[in-house]
Amino acid sequence: MESMLHITTLHYLVLGAALFLLGVIGVLTRRNVVIVLMSIELILNAVNLNLVAFSRMWGEVHGQVFAIFVITDAAAEAAVGLGILIAFFRNKETVNIDEVNLLKW
Amino acid sequence: MAPVATPFFFYLLSGIMLIGGILVITRKNPVHSALALIVTLLAQASIYLMLYAPFVAGVQIILYAGGIMVLFLFVIMLVSIDRSVKERQFNSQWIVGMIAATALGGLFIAVFMKGKNIFPEHALPVIENDNTQNVATMLYGQYMFAFEIASLLLLVAIIGAVVMAKKRI
Repeated sequence: MESMLHITTLHYLVLGAALFLLGVIGVLTRRNVVIVLMSIELILNAVNLNLVAFSRMWGEVHGQVFAIFVITDAAAEAAVGLGILIAFFRNKETVNIDEVNLLKW
Repeated sequence: MAPVATPFFFYLLSGIMLIGGILVITRKNPVHSALALIVTLLAQASIYLMLYAPFVAGVQIILYAGGIMVLFLFVIMLVSIDRSVKERQFNSQWIVGMIAATALGGLFIAVFMKGKNIFPEHALPVIENDNTQNVATMLYGQYMFAFEIASLLLLVAIIGAVVMAKKRI
């Protein structure tokens, strides 16, 4: 009971792991490219949560700076990914990831 | 200022985050997924506040919930979703994907069982007042090179997105 009522770094890490797992399930099983990209955002957010939790654990701000870099990367990734999605939709008239198979042999 | 009712808010916010995450990966309509993701991101911003990271919480709300998600909603508007809503929602490799995800979950549980005691019971004290100043000093001092590379990355991403979405180059 004591460990339930006292929130430690471990609690945040477990929450981050659960979010990461949800994101991985979304990336590996969904068919709609937009939802796959959203699941990638979930994964990046889980990593951010871990970084900020460790930053709190050490009482430093290095983790928060890294979290900001991860957010920057997420913005860049979303922009490029959605650009690719628009180009793909223009060519194939679909957003299904099963039909992204031009490079398959 | 010492936080009040930390366990209650932690479990409330993690419940909201996990329900939002489950909705993101199960809804048929991408718009509903995007709305659930926004809820998840806002709850996560509140968890950042609980971790004494107000600057990251603000960046999360402004950039993620305000910027990236609007981008997502715009693209959902651009691509027509009428057809994909009616179709099968899971891809052809979903069984393999679930096996891989289960393996990853098992790995997480194994790591949790092995390493749950190595974390200190109480976190080190933080300086609450000038969090933004500390982050900025770090960002423009020690991590200046990484900061410049991040700005270059954003430039490349902007050009890449424009080139990718252009009809004819």
